[in-house]
Amino acid sequence: MSAPTTDTATPVTPNESIDAAGVRKKMLENYPAKTRRKREKQIIVNEKQLDADGAKVLPVIAANTRTAPGIITQRGCCYAGCKGVILGPTRDIVNITHGPVGCGYYSWLTRRNQTHAPTDEHDNFITYCFTTDMEEENIIFGGEKKLSQAIQEAYDLFHPKAIAVFSTCPVGLIGDDVHQVALSMKEKLGINIFGFSCEGYKGVSQSAGHHIANNQIFKHVIGENDKPRGRWAVNLMGEYNIGGDSFLIEDLFRRCGIDLVATFSGNSTYDQFANSHMAKLNCVMCHRSINYVADMIEKKYGVPWIKVNFIGATATAKSLRKIADFFQDDKLSENVERVIGEEYPAVAAAQKKYRPRCTGKKAMLFVGGSRAHHYQELFSELGMETVAAGYEFGHRDDYEGRRVIPSIKVDADSRNIEEMNVQPDPDKFRPEGPEMARKAEQRGYRFHDYDGLMIDMKEQTLIIDDISQYETERLIEAIRPDVFCAGIKEKYAVQKMGVPCKQLHSYDYGGPYAAFQGAVNFYAEIDRMVNARIWSHIPAPWDEISPVKEVSE
Amino acid sequence: MTLLRHTHGGTITERQALTINPAKTCQPIGAMYAALGIHRCLPHSHGSQGCCSYHRSTLSRHYKEPVMAATSSFTEGSSVFGGQANLHQALQTAFTTYEPDVVAVHTTCLSETIGDDIPQIVQKATEEGLIPEGKYVIHANTPSYVGSACTGFANMTTAMVDYFSASASPDKVAGRINVIPGWVEPADMREIKRIVRLMGLEAIVFPDTSGVLDCPQTGKHELFPRGGVTVDQLRATGDSIGTIALGPVCSGPAAAQLTTRCRVPNTVLPLPIGLHATDAFIMALRKYNGGKVPREIADERGRLLDLITDMHQYFYGRTAALWGDPDQLASLSQFLMTIDILPKYVVTGTPGTKFLKRMGEVLGDRKSEAQVRQGPRADMFLMHQWIKNEPVDLLIGNTYGKYIARDENIPFVRHGFPLLDRVGHQYIPTVGYAGAIRLLEQILQVTLDKIDRESPEEQFELTL
Repeated sequence: MSAPTTDTATPVTPNESIDAAGVRKKMLENYPAKTRRKREKQIIVNEKQLDADGAKVLPVIAANTRTAPGIITQRGCCYAGCKGVILGPTRDIVNITHGPVGCGYYSWLTRRNQTHAPTDEHDNFITYCFTTDMEEENIIFGGEKKLSQAIQEAYDLFHPKAIAVFSTCPVGLIGDDVHQVALSMKEKLGINIFGFSCEGYKGVSQSAGHHIANNQIFKHVIGENDKPRGRWAVNLMGEYNIGGDSFLIEDLFRRCGIDLVATFSGNSTYDQFANSHMAKLNCVMCHRSINYVADMIEKKYGVPWIKVNFIGATATAKSLRKIADFFQDDKLSENVERVIGEEYPAVAAAQKKYRPRCTGKKAMLFVGGSRAHHYQELFSELGMETVAAGYEFGHRDDYEGRRVIPSIKVDADSRNIEEMNVQPDPDKFRPEGPEMARKAEQRGYRFHDYDGLMIDMKEQTLIIDDISQYETERLIEAIRPDVFCAGIKEKYAVQKMGVPCKQLHSYDYGGPYAAFQGAVNFYAEIDRMVNARIWSHIPAPWDEISPVKEVSE
Repeated sequence: MTLLRHTHGGTITERQALTINPAKTCQPIGAMYAALGIHRCLPHSHGSQGCCSYHRSTLSRHYKEPVMAATSSFTEGSSVFGGQANLHQALQTAFTTYEPDVVAVHTTCLSETIGDDIPQIVQKATEEGLIPEGKYVIHANTPSYVGSACTGFANMTTAMVDYFSASASPDKVAGRINVIPGWVEPADMREIKRIVRLMGLEAIVFPDTSGVLDCPQTGKHELFPRGGVTVDQLRATGDSIGTIALGPVCSGPAAAQLTTRCRVPNTVLPLPIGLHATDAFIMALRKYNGGKVPREIADERGRLLDLITDMHQYFYGRTAALWGDPDQLASLSQFLMTIDILPKYVVTGTPGTKFLKRMGEVLGDRKSEAQVRQGPRADMFLMHQWIKNEPVDLLIGNTYGKYIARDENIPFVRHGFPLLDRVGHQYIPTVGYAGAIRLLEQILQVTLDKIDRESPEEQFELTL
């Protein structure tokens, strides 16, 4: 079985029955003027134009801006992005939420980031929720003493390698200095202890929390352990092991002989982060949540970064080859081709089975900061077209590509998130990294190469940032998709409309969907969803003859 | 491998500051749930986006249903300057775009800490014409650092009385009562209405999430489904002949408020879970219907007793650990005592003054054999430490118990909130006599499954 060298998916003709501009108008119809003006900039018809040099010019979208209050948004908060997303998956750090009980409670085990701690001797705190459970007196008199005591008690009970403290909204308002408390407890107990000022009100979505998490992990953990790594040492960044995705990617890497130093942060440990600067290449999966750390590691330690994607069989093969291409080592390329060859027959068989059952069907994806893009690969491998997509917390570069970064206006909400000034480390910067990168670039290899979601989507599709409940319903009414991908808050409303909804945050207790085996899992799952018989049984047999009349109880 | 590998028995050191695996969550989610029980009501969270998102997600995972609610989407700026502008824009957008009859605002730790005055902000919105004619904005203060989700439920239910209950005439309507069902499932609210109907009474049940969080699949999403107590019904609560409040923590305060405001006498009862608590409910209803109990209800009670007497050998002498909310825990414990299972460990993070006394009454002469803890650090970690030192035969509580159940191989009945990993609770009640049969069926199921799974081949039983 020969492995694919180009996209296997046949292009799908854009569905010309979709009147994108008309649908857009409908979605905007029922808003008060101020809200409408805001949403007009975030609901975009994907119409590319050619500039003078014949390059494609993408439309501009407003993203990473404030959500209109009252609109019923998908978005969560800064704390959720910091504690829930980035730090949550690391198993051996005791994560203490400093605040009233709710924030810690709702982020307790609800993200399905699996972890494998090999034996009972290995630390695993993921199943635990630690909180200072702030009460009224702590709000009035301050919570620093309680926090110190909580850290002490966590240390006495568990003796972890590290303790992290996460601030919730009131902490910032009452002025508790979590960083000072962390520092003095670190000195007292002799383990690494650090805090995050990730109060829920910071930024405009989870995205601010990702950035804050990146900064603190970089400041307090990365670079702590200089253990040398193998010749093909990489970090996998922005992969959170939802439903076991990382396990599959780890397996591929292992079989290729790639030395995975750290995953940020699926199935990860403290020591992996501490050692991660010793990798030779950073592979960025979810660009939105982790590009900051990739940038900072490059500046301080000289490790270049590339964009990869392990969602979709073609994308997985492409990403493995791209890693091999960086190292310019025939042995590695041989390994990679062997592994792709081993994996591909099952993928091809699954595509043969499921593609005819799914082809021509329509998907919509409104989720995350990369998934709404990455998962289009899997749909296109099934012959399905993505007719509308958007992120919950993406920035303009996630839509339009990194080339727009210099032109992004930094507003007040983003300015409050620390932009760290990173310089090369006088001792630990390894010049061979930039040297390898320079050579690679000469042969056309691209670094920092994220071109965003828009370029990959067809003309006259709809791109919607931070979609509201109202817009979701109008969109589904206008263009009935065969499957809608979003999260738990949207799922049951979409299904009540008679359209199956796939959760792409939690995978509906399914997955893994990454890599080759994951692709096969996803094909089967989408086949199940778009071909389920139950959707045709919704009308009752009596509906046509004698519709149910409303009677009061 | 164990899931909770860092939990050990032995000497238990009292913690002063750190809560581990809480047996409570914060106020606002209770307020959101209660507000969903008003017909055509959009709950509104006045705080950061995350609160609203977390509450909607948790409620959705529990009910497998859409949970619609809006947020003021606080930013750093609003946290400094106050949330008035955000709430005004939210009200305008919500009323224009979604057209609810009622927006029920609850606060959060953020808006409480900065001291936003909701009535004043709403007053200003009214003056500026942001609230359409005939539409309502109600509010409850639900600081997350006080009480628990139960407190939030109680506060929003009390707000319904404060904003709507009125007494139109000095004469009360004979044969019509108010029932405040407490934080129970939609199925339970449906069952409570059925029982009241069977007793020949008319009842205004508030809040009422049946028909809101257990909606049929019709191919159409109704943002505001048919269920929920209407504003007109809430107004009329002031003219009912009496109020029965089920559960002192969740329902007591609203009932008391209705007495104060409209002189409607109230009876506060335990949640009608189990034999005696249901008996008390029926006896209270008898006061309003002339004393009759229909055959149907008497038969349900009889069937429950029949099941207990027939299966008593599987209950007697066993022990259980329970965690969750005080109203549920008191009634479940009483029911376990009725069938001769000892509620050996009981924890609730919800603070309060009467629960321990009530548990003392429930446990009676077996009080010294049980450990009951309430308030700060009364958490599942402590309960698990107790279990490590001396195990129990049964766990009853929310989904988070599954980690202890697996590590310790203890049969587990899911009850309470949240139940994230099973269905059934939204459809099948556990209140009333019929509900008690369902509970027993679940207890027997998990108990007998374990016996079947573990008995040696020669002792493997076909029949009970």
